[in-house]
Amino acid sequence: MPEDNNSVVIENLVKRFGDFVAVDHINLEIRKSEVFGFLGPNGAGKSTTIRMLCGLLTPTSGRAQVAGYDVGREPESVRQNIGYMSQKFSLYNDLKVIENIRLFAGLYSVPSNKLEERIEWALEMANLKGQENLITGTLPGGWKQRLALGCAVLHKPPVIFLDEPTSGVDPISRRQFWDLIHHMAEDGVTVFVTTHYMEEAEYCNRLALIFRGQMVALGTPSELKQKSMKGELLLVECEPLGNAVELLQSAPDVIDAAVFGNALHLVVRDATAAVAQVKKYLSDHSITVGHIEKIRPSLEDVFVSLTTTSDSGKEVMA
Amino acid sequence: MTEPSQPAIVAEGLTKSFPGILAVDHLSFDVHAGEIFGLVGPDGAGKTTTLRMLAGIMPPNDGTASVAGFNVVHDPEGAKHHLSYMPQRFGLYEDLTVDENIRFYADLFGVRNTDREERSTQLLQAAGMKEFRNRLAGKLSGGMKQKLGLVCALIHRPKVILLDEPTTGVDPVSRRDFWRILYELSSEGVAILTSTAYLDEAERCHRVALLHQGKLLFCDTPASLKGKLRKGVLSITSSEPRGLRDQLSGAGGISSLVLTGDGLHVVVDDAARRIPEFEAQLNRAHVPFDTIQQVTPTIEDLFVDAVSSGRDSGTSSHA
Amino acid sequence: MSLTRFLAVARKEVIQILRDSRSLIIVVIMPVILVLLFGYGVNLDLKGLPVYVYDRDGSQQSQDLLKRFQASEYFDVVRVVNDYSALARSLDDGHAKMGIVVPWDFSQRLRDGRPAEVQALVDGTDDNTANVLIGYAQAVVQGYSSDVQLDWLRSHGQIAQPASVSVETRTWYNENLESSAFIVPGVLALVMSVIGAFLTSLTISREWERGTMEQLISTPVTPAEIMLGKLVPYFVIGMFDVIVCALIAIYWFQVPFRGSFLTLLVSSAMFMVVVLSLGFFISVIAKNQLAASQIALLVTFLPAFLLSGFLYAIEQMPIVLQWVTRILPARYYVSVLKKIFLKGTPTPLLYPDLIPLAVFTVVLALLATRAFHKRLV
Repeated sequence: MPEDNNSVVIENLVKRFGDFVAVDHINLEIRKSEVFGFLGPNGAGKSTTIRMLCGLLTPTSGRAQVAGYDVGREPESVRQNIGYMSQKFSLYNDLKVIENIRLFAGLYSVPSNKLEERIEWALEMANLKGQENLITGTLPGGWKQRLALGCAVLHKPPVIFLDEPTSGVDPISRRQFWDLIHHMAEDGVTVFVTTHYMEEAEYCNRLALIFRGQMVALGTPSELKQKSMKGELLLVECEPLGNAVELLQSAPDVIDAAVFGNALHLVVRDATAAVAQVKKYLSDHSITVGHIEKIRPSLEDVFVSLTTTSDSGKEVMA
Repeated sequence: MTEPSQPAIVAEGLTKSFPGILAVDHLSFDVHAGEIFGLVGPDGAGKTTTLRMLAGIMPPNDGTASVAGFNVVHDPEGAKHHLSYMPQRFGLYEDLTVDENIRFYADLFGVRNTDREERSTQLLQAAGMKEFRNRLAGKLSGGMKQKLGLVCALIHRPKVILLDEPTTGVDPVSRRDFWRILYELSSEGVAILTSTAYLDEAERCHRVALLHQGKLLFCDTPASLKGKLRKGVLSITSSEPRGLRDQLSGAGGISSLVLTGDGLHVVVDDAARRIPEFEAQLNRAHVPFDTIQQVTPTIEDLFVDAVSSGRDSGTSSHA
Repeated sequence: MSLTRFLAVARKEVIQILRDSRSLIIVVIMPVILVLLFGYGVNLDLKGLPVYVYDRDGSQQSQDLLKRFQASEYFDVVRVVNDYSALARSLDDGHAKMGIVVPWDFSQRLRDGRPAEVQALVDGTDDNTANVLIGYAQAVVQGYSSDVQLDWLRSHGQIAQPASVSVETRTWYNENLESSAFIVPGVLALVMSVIGAFLTSLTISREWERGTMEQLISTPVTPAEIMLGKLVPYFVIGMFDVIVCALIAIYWFQVPFRGSFLTLLVSSAMFMVVVLSLGFFISVIAKNQLAASQIALLVTFLPAFLLSGFLYAIEQMPIVLQWVTRILPARYYVSVLKKIFLKGTPTPLLYPDLIPLAVFTVVLALLATRAFHKRLV
């Protein structure tokens, strides 16, 4: 694979804190202009990995290259070529908008002949032209996100890292934010996102699912839903729900059954065959069956299926 | 067992303002025994403030609310015997063990020793935490902490539980366990009011109220809400999503278009009509795509549709 | 008020105190350190002050005079120098607090029956010490002078004793004039301020900061139960520390204890309630632990240290400050402590101190209970 096509290369990356293995042999290659997602719950090792990629933490073993520089041996060069945006901690809330922009321009050593142009661009992108003197802390969440993004890329880095960029932000602002991200990717920027929010992962071109420091799946969102799911998903509406779920959990050919809102979600091996079987099984046990259909698994279903042991064993989470 | 005639939670015109912000704007809704009711909306929508008012720890500026039959504005202390509140931040003591925390809350609610042991064993079992009784709460994983919070909230068999974003950031397996416990509780007749910023989590609730900037947008079951959307939602997969977007962004009948990682998520006026139109258009322009399918709208689609067209749906807030 | 709930809160506080090593150090080790520190470290006694001598006469008389300085317990003749500049240097660099110069014609003048002078150079940096030194030096020289005069009279035929006046002193209460006896009883007030106010001030604000208070107030527990549950453990610890410190004072520092032990306990208990109430009140009004601890130190520890009479006599303070001390509970407690330890004052005579202390106790306790509300804004 040609080196220049890959913006970020991670080889057997490991980070240990004493006995605790935070990052356990991650291997990845991320292409230029790709929007890549690192998806997993809090504590899975996402932040630790990002910190290593940003040159802030030294790996225990393994290598990583970002924008052509080795993170262990050339962290300073790495940092000059990346942008980093963290959801909560990027901006100084008591500074004005323009002051934050100038601060970051200074921190990233934006050359003075480009300064005014970049400031204009950042304000434009965050929709804050004419509002330069607002105190940052008073801005609504969605605007702060865009401003933080702008500040992170004033120096036009080829790779940017976004850490939980839109937690809690309203959906409309989130969509606008992601529009921006995709535009930047089209301009050649590689975007590396970490998130615990499964639905946000849909915006990424490719995803890696991380759990307890390990990568448990890799692929596009559709690939993951089709191939990584151990089985297929059925939606079952029936009455009474409580009895039905208990019954189905021990039914043959049902991998898993759970209540979901006013219906049941079943994980079965073959959905088409299962529809008829389930209908019969439930009616035999005097449960009124309403509607049964195959549905697309969500990324959360994929994640659960990958991180629990199969055959109805349940991993005990410490 | 006779059902109480009054809903377990009733909010009428609840209003709360802080300097410069109207956090909750005349909110009215009700929650019945055995119902899981979701308060859904992004940060700043007013969820936490609403829950705090219902828990009796923050007095409203206007409006009233009753929980388990007690008026929380005039008699908050009376209500507290019958409800449980789990705040957004972990509310238990990190320097106490799991057992010590449970015992503390059991004492606060006056649970008798005989009941307490049995109940806590049963709850810990359900939460998969029996082996962790002697572990300091601060040393539990995020998911376990939330489950511990739930155990302490249930030790006195409340009629109503109020949960503020209980599964934020929690791993999907723990979240599933958590919801399993909630569904069991609801089948026992407990009224559950939970808030979330994850619009997709709203699908797990029996009924959902969408909040935006302190106001109620809709309140109904997820299925009915989706049924009311007089639009079709299409999912188009392609290896070149940007190409799709460039091609279709000007096309007719589209009210919203979102670029996802591997395709396009489009809300159109009439799915049956637009699918063949788009297929034709994309083929003419030689833009590669895999499929165009109609999919069920998500709660997020509803939300965006409501907010961008700037209207409230005005649906009844009573089930 | 539910006993179960109160005990639950108290039990939780005790567990938390035991598991927090910082708190434990403060409640167990700090009182002992404070007593030892003030008992040994602060020494207001002026004894054995170093003196350098420049004797330009070198006669029998000058030696006699200098021996008297040496014999006095207040002076310690450390060195004899041979020039003026060495003497000046010794004062500059602090090796001497006083320098004595005997002029070359000292003994000559005495033999001639003419007045002789001795020069004493005093380090005036610390004016208290300087004044005392000057007084002591004058006393020594005066004694020598009288003897010289008597000798002269005798040698000139006057045998009868001329009239003279002398002072017979007896020191009551603190016979050895040990400053540790003066200081150590007051250290109890300091210790209690730290435990009672400082530690307690953290207790409520910490729960708000960590987020546990929000959940606590959604339960049926009442403000009184929270307050008592949190303060009773600190009360018990505080009283225990008072007894330990009192025992150290009595048996280690040999501070006399002549009064009623019961009154000591009662007044300590009252002061404990005062500082606990203050600490609780501060904890409720401060937004966070940092602010709470700073306020607590400012409002309890500093005044106890500076204005309670513990170290600096109130009567020596400017009138305005003396009036200020009247509103400091510590002033009354320290006064009681000193009287019980050193004077053995019978309890009825302590009422002028005990009654204001009691008033503070009640007022502050009420203030604290009213301060805490189970609600967010």
